[in-house]
Amino acid sequence: MNDMRILERDVETNAIKIAAKGVQVFYGDTHAIKDVDVDIQDKTVTAFIGPSGCGKSTFLRCINRMNDTIDVARVQGDIRIDGEDIYDRKVDPVQLRAKVGMVFQKPNPFPKSIYDNVAYGPRIHGLARNKSELDDIVERALRNAAIWNEVKDRLNAPGTGLSGGQQQRLCIARAVATEPEVLLMDEPCSALDPIATAQVEELIDELRQNYSVVIVTHSMQQAARVSQKTAFFHLGSLVEYGETGQIFTNPEDPRTESYITGRIG
Amino acid sequence: MALGLTGYVVFAVLLLTVGVFFMARGKARSSVGGDVRVLHSLPSYYGYNAAMFTAVPALGVMLIWMLAQPMMIENAVFKLIPDRIIEEGSSRGLVMSDVRRVAEGLDVAVAQGALTSDEAASIRSDSTDIRSLLGEVGVALGSTVDSEVLFAAQEYRNQSAGGLFWMSVIVMGLAIVGGSISISVTRAEFRARNVVERGALVLLILAASLAILTTVGIVLSMLFESINFFRLHSWTDFFFGSSWAPNFRGDSDLSILPLLWGTLYISLIALLVAVPIGLFAAIYLSEYASPKVRAAAKPLLEILAGIPTIVYGLFALLTVGPALVRIFGRGDDGLLGVEWMSGATAVLTAGLVMGIMLIPFVSSLSDDIINAVPQSLRDGSFGLGATHSETIRQVVLPAALPGIVGAVLLAASRAIGETMIVVLGAGAIAKFSLNPLEAMTTITTRIVSQLTGDTDFASPETLVAFALGLTLFVLTLGLNVLALYIVRKYREQYE
Ligand SMILES: Nc1ncnc2c1ncn2[C@@H]1O[C@H](COP(=O)(O)OP(=O)(O)O)[C@@H](O)[C@H]1O
Ligand SMILES: [Mg+2]
Repeated sequence: MNDMRILERDVETNAIKIAAKGVQVFYGDTHAIKDVDVDIQDKTVTAFIGPSGCGKSTFLRCINRMNDTIDVARVQGDIRIDGEDIYDRKVDPVQLRAKVGMVFQKPNPFPKSIYDNVAYGPRIHGLARNKSELDDIVERALRNAAIWNEVKDRLNAPGTGLSGGQQQRLCIARAVATEPEVLLMDEPCSALDPIATAQVEELIDELRQNYSVVIVTHSMQQAARVSQKTAFFHLGSLVEYGETGQIFTNPEDPRTESYITGRIG
Repeated sequence: MALGLTGYVVFAVLLLTVGVFFMARGKARSSVGGDVRVLHSLPSYYGYNAAMFTAVPALGVMLIWMLAQPMMIENAVFKLIPDRIIEEGSSRGLVMSDVRRVAEGLDVAVAQGALTSDEAASIRSDSTDIRSLLGEVGVALGSTVDSEVLFAAQEYRNQSAGGLFWMSVIVMGLAIVGGSISISVTRAEFRARNVVERGALVLLILAASLAILTTVGIVLSMLFESINFFRLHSWTDFFFGSSWAPNFRGDSDLSILPLLWGTLYISLIALLVAVPIGLFAAIYLSEYASPKVRAAAKPLLEILAGIPTIVYGLFALLTVGPALVRIFGRGDDGLLGVEWMSGATAVLTAGLVMGIMLIPFVSSLSDDIINAVPQSLRDGSFGLGATHSETIRQVVLPAALPGIVGAVLLAASRAIGETMIVVLGAGAIAKFSLNPLEAMTTITTRIVSQLTGDTDFASPETLVAFALGLTLFVLTLGLNVLALYIVRKYREQYE
């Protein structure tokens, strides 16, 4: 782990993008998230770390209301994006998810062409008036996801035929194509080899210029490499949240320290 | 008594098997002084091993012997029948069946005490009235018994008895030899477990090959009968002719095309009913239904699949057909005031009911296939802000499409081969027509009707059933292979 790099990293203070207060999540009788408060900044990479089963994914899925698709899940509390309560009755979760893109643990390109994968969101939301506009959106998304050069000659080839790392970047392009404001990533590199991981991490760093990025990761090195802010979850509670450098070098909570030094798995 | 001997032999072999089992097990135990851990295998494996070597070769030889002996004896006795006694219009085979009957009659007579076995072997037809003698013990013969036939019958009995005797000796011998060898090899280091394992393997292979051989046998017998048919009837008429008009005085038109048309038309209607309904049901059950609804609805659909097709046939004939007539027929008394449909049997009747029959088939296959589409694809689509139905239409169904096509092909092959519904619901008129309210007939219906009633297996009108059956078999086999190929390809995609 390159600790020196973390210490030197400058952290600009940004506006608050996502504000969560008193969030509770239940799966039936399981209390998966216990009273979590967190403010996530715009144009920042925020990492969620913690032992597996501690509720990182669950909390992430609250931010785009993906928990609504799980029958047994119940969410309480208040989550605001740009000051607007996303659990308000007026908010359409389907519309919200276009604004809050999500990238999953395992690359999941649709069994369609590369082009159609990226054009999926824009088509559903009617973002392009004609074919050439759609072409532009697709190209821009693929460029943003740093995969344009690799696929520009085979946009009609199936997306499932790409390598794992390329598939994951395609999924990022797909998410970026709907012009979201927030990008949620749930362990986006856990199914990738080290080289593909490095490419995706580099991409995440670039995405920070335009989006607020929240990334769940089980790798502390990764959190240290890509994030400016880190939140440590343990048994459904948010234990500690702060500057990444701070968390990794000088944690306040003993549980954070045990996790970082490898004593909690 | 002949059967008695065979029975005793089987009984003895089984008894010996049980005995040998316990002996081998006991020997295995005692050979290590009761410390079972020293044995290579558990003691009962030694028992199974010994039992296996006692029973299997003995009973196997017995089975083969019993299959082969009558054939060999018949061949021998066959030569004893002089050409002279084969009457005009009769054949050697018929005389041979007389011989067998007389032989059986003598057996019965001996069993009932009407004859001693010596008398049965030595009586002559010139001195005794065999026919009335056998009639008294309950074996009726069609005519008086020729002396040659009687002689042949006696020879038949003679050889059977001898054969049975030798069989018993050999079978018992094999059982004893097998048993004693396997007991003598029972030692601590003997790998009884592995030998028993082999035995189990052989048993399984036997079962598998039996299933395959039966299939091959069925196909071959259909093939031979079809070849017989094509010897009597031109294949061009069968495959390319235009009419189906069997005529038992000969000179029939026997073309498959009108029947194929009826079959395909009814199947098409059935698929038009079953595919949308089945598919929508599957989509509801796998995508929307709560676990409770699903748990209740799936078994109900499966009950539909368990109804015997004859019941569907009755449903077609008694409910659907008359209902359709009420709508499309009866002139001014009907619901539409038209006179398009005269009888309850029609393409539409059979097609609708067959469609209902196929709904659970399509829905349960599609349900499996839709469930096989990974959840991650749905999540990906939801994550991009797609609604549930957009996700289903644009991601789930396209991903499941190959599998669904396979399911539809399987359903089509069921529809084409379906018999009872069309026998009762479709009618019996072979013709080319586009009107679904007319009665038409199918390949399967014609197979049934050509083979029921008085049939002469030498006439093309009967043999055509086999040619029809074979064509149907090739058709459905082709569809099944194609469907399974597609489904398998689809499965690979997500593994
Ligand atoms: N769909 C679900 N149904 C029921 N319980 C769930 C579901 N998803 C997660 N959980 C439970 O919620 C807790 C948190 O899970 P998760 O958020 O996936 O943890 P993490 O991503 O940190 O490994 C776990 O105890 C898990 O068993
Ligand atoms: Mg997780």
